[in-house]
Amino acid sequence: MKSPLISVSGLSKYYLENMPVLKDVTFNIERGEFVAIMGHSGSGKSTLMNILGCLDTATGGHYYLEGKDTAALNADELALLRNRLIGFVFQGFNLLPRSSILDNIGLPLLYAGKSKAERREKALFMLDRVGLAEFGERRPNQLSGGQQQRVAIARALVTTPKLILADEPTGNLDTQTGEDIMKIFQVLNEKHNITIILVTHEADIAAHARRLIRVVDGQIASDQAP
Amino acid sequence: MIIGALLGEGWAAMRANRLRTSLTMLGMVFGVGAVIMMLAIGQGAQLMVNESIASMGSNLFIVLSGSTTAGGLRQGSGTVPTLTLDDAQAISELPEIASVAPTFSNTAQLIYAASNWSTLVSGTTPAFLDVREWTVISGEAFGDSDVRSATRVLLMGQTVVRNLFGDENPVGKMVRVKNSPFLVIGILAPKGQSLDGRDQDDTVFIPITTAQRQLFGTQFPGMVRFIMVKAKSAEVMDRAEQGINELLRTRHRIHEGQEDDFTVRNLTAVAQAAAGTTKAMATMLGAIASVSLLIGGIGIMNIMLVSVTERTREIGIRMAIGARQRDILLQFLFEAVMISLAGSLIGVVLGIASAYFFSRFNGALVVVTLSSVLLAFGVAVAVGVFFGFYPARKAANLKPIEALRFQ
Repeated sequence: MKSPLISVSGLSKYYLENMPVLKDVTFNIERGEFVAIMGHSGSGKSTLMNILGCLDTATGGHYYLEGKDTAALNADELALLRNRLIGFVFQGFNLLPRSSILDNIGLPLLYAGKSKAERREKALFMLDRVGLAEFGERRPNQLSGGQQQRVAIARALVTTPKLILADEPTGNLDTQTGEDIMKIFQVLNEKHNITIILVTHEADIAAHARRLIRVVDGQIASDQAP
Repeated sequence: MIIGALLGEGWAAMRANRLRTSLTMLGMVFGVGAVIMMLAIGQGAQLMVNESIASMGSNLFIVLSGSTTAGGLRQGSGTVPTLTLDDAQAISELPEIASVAPTFSNTAQLIYAASNWSTLVSGTTPAFLDVREWTVISGEAFGDSDVRSATRVLLMGQTVVRNLFGDENPVGKMVRVKNSPFLVIGILAPKGQSLDGRDQDDTVFIPITTAQRQLFGTQFPGMVRFIMVKAKSAEVMDRAEQGINELLRTRHRIHEGQEDDFTVRNLTAVAQAAAGTTKAMATMLGAIASVSLLIGGIGIMNIMLVSVTERTREIGIRMAIGARQRDILLQFLFEAVMISLAGSLIGVVLGIASAYFFSRFNGALVVVTLSSVLLAFGVAVAVGVFFGFYPARKAANLKPIEALRFQ
């Protein structure tokens, strides 16, 4: 039997002793799921997200990504996982301000060791898919928030990852633009079978997902269809 | 990460903060410039000293006659005529000795047509050409027969030629020395300055017997002022000195405990001391200049630390999308080395230019060698790597989530 894409068991995270941010979190996420993680600010949802994205490490418990125990991996092996398996979409877009849009999108391929020609070709293809083909040579600050987030999605997709982690992706956008971004995620999930984990505190954004995990005070309060 | 991309990232970072990059580079510019200029001055001085040493001749002794005491006043070397042509002959027969040139000299006025010039007239033997490693470039030297018959022939140094004859060829012309006519039979090659700054070309040579008997006259027949002695090799210098001392003590009948009436001076040792001093000076100049390289390096480290802090978030983003620690390390190391390399390049140009101007306005000899340029360049790159490494490692060791959260 194939192991689930994500398997978390007894996960906990402490920044200070006796002050758990996460405690005893256990769940599985299968390939192709579209999961929303909801919670108030300070609930621990972002910390959970960072651990799932291999950006942070848990204090206790286990996190298996594609059956691999992430606790046993060193910094470079985790970097490799992030590069090959995971695409990030952040609330604040997190594009490099000095680089062109095309260079931003191609950057993950640089760390995958791809040639300049291949980086450019794939970046152009991804930029076209998010509908911004004519903006390739611009800088991020010359684009609107919605456009920047689409560039960030293009960057997340350029390495053809199995998992997209989106942390409040619509938080800095107006409602209509947020809806457009969510539609892109839905298409990616339904048409391309990419697993999507979305962290949000807005119920109507979480409603796009097919599974909703509520986090309250570092624990899972509910896990169901929305 | 691929080299081309590293260069691109470095270039973009350098351009993003043009003023800051230029100021950081300036440290390296002055450091490398100073090292190159100081090395050029030092090597120039060394070359000058070495040329003077070579012009003096190698493995040389000078034997001076002793001092006299008149009414309790000691008069200094050469005041008692104790050395003779026979002493010179005896020294030349020692096994360690290559050649010997006894010299009897004085200043005299030379006259040719309407020109006249006062110079040092040295009576010597044909061996002086060998001892001083000097050559005749026009005409010929006098021979032993000239010494035996005390002929009035004369070898002329370049400075005297210029002052008496101008552009005219003096060979075959007659000049008057203290009103005696002499035939100019040869012109000596130019030698330049001696170690103490004397013009070695401002002199003429005549057979020693002519000087003794006809020109200057002496109450002691066969007396010489000093004897130039050339040893066969540098290895036998000590034995030669000892041999000369023993020989002259025996010949002058000086008993145990009695003071010598002559002095043997090792000119090569003096020259080597001068060369050593110049070399020490050159090394010191280089060392002082390299302190400025060090300070330039600290400037790079300073700016790279600021840069890493400023770009913490960028580092976090890069790590999130898959940059490994060494990708980040190399990125910042490249940036530091690029700054130091660019600064060094400008520094090399500036250093060579200022060395050139220094020699133009100061008249000093400066020598810019490829090796000094490569050395300055190599040290600059090493400084870039050394001082860039700590900030780069600091960047690479950031935790992805902490870097990403940094505001």
